[in-house]
Amino acid sequence: MKYLQTIGLTLFVIGFALFNVSFFWSGYQLTPEIVKSQISDEKKASALLLETKEIVAPEPSSNFKFVADLSAAFERVNERQLAIFSLSDTELDKLASYNKEKFTIASVDSVFRGNDEQSAFKRKAFKDNGSWLDGQATSREQIQTVADNIKKYSIISQFGFDRYAVKDLKYSITKAAAISPVKSNPTLYLFLTFGLCIIGSMLYILPKLKLPPGIKNNGIFFNVMKNVQWLGILTGSWLIAFYVFLYFYPEYMTNWVLMVDPVSRLLSGNEAGRFFLYGFIYTLCILVMGVRMLINYRHSKYQILRTCSVMFFQTAFAFLIPEILIRLNQPYFDFKNIWPLDYSFFFNNRLDTLLANGGLGVFMLVWGIALIIIAVPVLVYFFGKRWYCSWVCGCGGLAETLGDPYRQLSNKKLSAWKIERWMIHGVLVFAVVMTGGVLYTYFTNSSWVLFFDSYKLREIYGAFIGAGFAGVVGTGFYPLMGNRTWCRFGCPLAAYLGIIQRFKSRFRITTNGGQCISCGNCSTYCEMGIDVRWYAQRGQNIVRSSCVGCGVCSSVCPRGVLNLEVKEEEGRFGKAILIGNNGIKLVD
Amino acid sequence: MKHIVIIGNGISGITAARNIRKRSNDNITVISGETEHFFSRTALMYIYMGHMKYENTKPYEDWFWKKNKIDLVKDFVEKVDPDSKQLVLRNKGNFKYDILIIASGSKSNKFGWPGQDLKGVQGLYSFQDLELMEQNSKGIKHAVIVGGGLIGIEMAEMLLTRKIGVTILVRENEFWSNVLPIQEANLISRHVRSHHVDLRLNIELKEIQSDGNGKVKSIVTNKGETIECQFVGLTVGVSPNIDFLKNSGIETKRGVLVNEYLETDVPNVYALGDCVERKYDLPGRRNIEQVWYTGRMMGEVVAQTITGEKTKYEPGPWFNSAKFFDIEYQTYGNVWNELKSNEMEFYWEHASGTKCVHVVWDKLTNQFLGINTFGIRMRHECFDIWLREKRSIDFVIEHLAEANFDPEFFSQHEDEIVSEYKKVTSLISQ
Repeated sequence: MKYLQTIGLTLFVIGFALFNVSFFWSGYQLTPEIVKSQISDEKKASALLLETKEIVAPEPSSNFKFVADLSAAFERVNERQLAIFSLSDTELDKLASYNKEKFTIASVDSVFRGNDEQSAFKRKAFKDNGSWLDGQATSREQIQTVADNIKKYSIISQFGFDRYAVKDLKYSITKAAAISPVKSNPTLYLFLTFGLCIIGSMLYILPKLKLPPGIKNNGIFFNVMKNVQWLGILTGSWLIAFYVFLYFYPEYMTNWVLMVDPVSRLLSGNEAGRFFLYGFIYTLCILVMGVRMLINYRHSKYQILRTCSVMFFQTAFAFLIPEILIRLNQPYFDFKNIWPLDYSFFFNNRLDTLLANGGLGVFMLVWGIALIIIAVPVLVYFFGKRWYCSWVCGCGGLAETLGDPYRQLSNKKLSAWKIERWMIHGVLVFAVVMTGGVLYTYFTNSSWVLFFDSYKLREIYGAFIGAGFAGVVGTGFYPLMGNRTWCRFGCPLAAYLGIIQRFKSRFRITTNGGQCISCGNCSTYCEMGIDVRWYAQRGQNIVRSSCVGCGVCSSVCPRGVLNLEVKEEEGRFGKAILIGNNGIKLVD
Repeated sequence: MKHIVIIGNGISGITAARNIRKRSNDNITVISGETEHFFSRTALMYIYMGHMKYENTKPYEDWFWKKNKIDLVKDFVEKVDPDSKQLVLRNKGNFKYDILIIASGSKSNKFGWPGQDLKGVQGLYSFQDLELMEQNSKGIKHAVIVGGGLIGIEMAEMLLTRKIGVTILVRENEFWSNVLPIQEANLISRHVRSHHVDLRLNIELKEIQSDGNGKVKSIVTNKGETIECQFVGLTVGVSPNIDFLKNSGIETKRGVLVNEYLETDVPNVYALGDCVERKYDLPGRRNIEQVWYTGRMMGEVVAQTITGEKTKYEPGPWFNSAKFFDIEYQTYGNVWNELKSNEMEFYWEHASGTKCVHVVWDKLTNQFLGINTFGIRMRHECFDIWLREKRSIDFVIEHLAEANFDPEFFSQHEDEIVSEYKKVTSLISQ
């Protein structure tokens, strides 16, 4: 057993090391063909080519240098285009003096004469942006404002690259320009990295079958990985870095994306994007660590079924079905993702895509809305929020598998519970307001709602909640704050499910008479930071909005005190009662 | 306002303190030399095994005591003087009280074996014992545990997690068979052995041998066998920890003697929990009960009495539970290790040999008397009601599934149990 595990660990470390090396292991050669293939606007493509002479050179460089050069090139293009197309002070003075008292928009044609491209642009841009000046008293200041707006919005989007375009292009050009062993033989490297890691993990995990079934939490608090020691901190830092690259700097991780290209082509027929890479790793983590979970808890059918469920929903619903839909020319859709966790569900681009896809698209839209307004309340009523959070959800699935070794790190203090309630409900309100704004904009075409810009708001939500909280903090902090940080403090869907679970559900955790010995295993291993023991030792049902029903408190209880039950609602909020002592009246 | 002083911050003393606080504004002080805060003694093993940290074993956060105005004093009580209503503390000296509650718990038994005070020989009861065990077991290879009870098996489980080989010496012919019927004792003996414990039955410790430097080197059994070991766990029961009450005038025998109101023979002095010996008999119960639950119940009772509602200690039907390695055990009512003359029994064991149900009833009246279950969780409430209502064995067997407390999707064995019960009892009645 020891022997196999050592081999397994070695293989895993080799695979993981290669994976990390491959992040840097690439040269880049930018050719005009690549630029032209990535930028459809020919003028923009040639403008960029003018500025990228030095990286066209066939010398390999690191991803950091290449991306930096590319960024600089985009900036230079933008500067040059601004210099060419901006309205100069002289031109503006001329325009002002031409219109002595009253401004007429037609005067633009007289001031910017000429058939060249610049003059044509200036004429058109000033008319588009400055028509409101027509007939007004001439003001040099107002003329300047129009010129500034042209500089800010029109020139960059028409002749240069705005920040969204730069972000996308940096990624796609870097990926296309890469020359690396990975690119020339992705399948081999897929095996040497992911393959070795999977084989190694299995060799490490499977021998545990030889141990007798039962709870084996031995040594967890002495473990450098599971008790916020150096290895845990290192792992957390790696995960945080991974998420920061994934969400904010994907252009650096193109070598990894190239590695999964063959898998993506196999499934959807397209080349892989960064989120395909992410989904691929995510699913593998759930499957491999799911096997670990199945072995560790093989004495509990509840845990076996629950773990199989999250493995199935991740693999089929989150990973395979959306890719197959793409292959069938249908919209990408995860049938188990629910707003507001799926915060972009009502974004106009997604609504448009669904509505443009006929029957199936409309079905998807109706399905998504039905999940929100029918499935959530009805299923929470009958089973508790666990039907989603620890049986179906992808975030929950990762937390219950990859995150299981860290469940004991959640904070059990009363003060943490207070912070939790403010934060999670705050995010829910944020999600509702943001989505309200999005829908208002969708139906009215006006981006301003009351006092905020719905585009700005959705961008803030996406960056801070969608990427920052759910990704960077949610998973990156597994080894630091436990595996349910996002689910506990941030997930707006968990908040919604929780409100129903707290007030209208048949689910509760019951405590067994007077059998509790206050040992604390239940509280220690509650990933949601619920102080389960506080209820158990006073014989009170546990009815908490945050409980995801993972059932681990019941599994680790040495005295058979805790049980997840669905029963009639009456008596759910039962009084604390400890059975077995006559003549005792309990006081609250 | 009275000053209520509680000696001991275990489950008994703390339950009393909390329940007094709920009912009165009296000053409450809890004195303990063991730890500053209340922790769960039953969880000591989990600290050693790395399942939990000491912090995790505290049922209440540290701010709880101040918020509820329960003063904590970390000190040992050396003497009690009921005449002047004073205690003498080891460090803080004299300490006054109006009402005294003694909840000082137990200490491990030692039966005068040669070598029992050598380094590496110890029991496991207190937090200090745990710290000692941490030191004593560092870098060692083999341990011998003397006594086949609950603490013995815990110690074995603890040591195995540190890759230390374990031999258990048991005087009886099966593990814990002075408490469990032979069938269950046998099941547990098998399970203990499946965890690679060298379990030796019908054997006793004769002496513990020193390595010449005051450390244990080996033990010798009553059969003359020598077993090399660097650690000896003495887990042959516990007895009331009442040495500090000598000459106090408070009446003691093996424990502090109390009446049904948990009063000692000295006014305003009560005693609770492990350290108590009841002067009066309760049917089916020993007069000293060193169990978590009884300590808690006594705490609830004494709190009511002290706050003006004089209440007798009347525990309901007996219940208890434990876990032996991977097998959970629960008991409700009384299942004695040997069947009494008026009793009948039915024992069912699952094919896996790791689950069983053992029920006992009265031969003449058919009244259900008790149940042991291993590997199957049962609902306390059901059995509490059925025992109080004196239900018949047929009723209990018929409703057994209602009492099942196993998690969802677990295999249920009630059908099998019921049909086997019917088969066996119809054979008997023929």
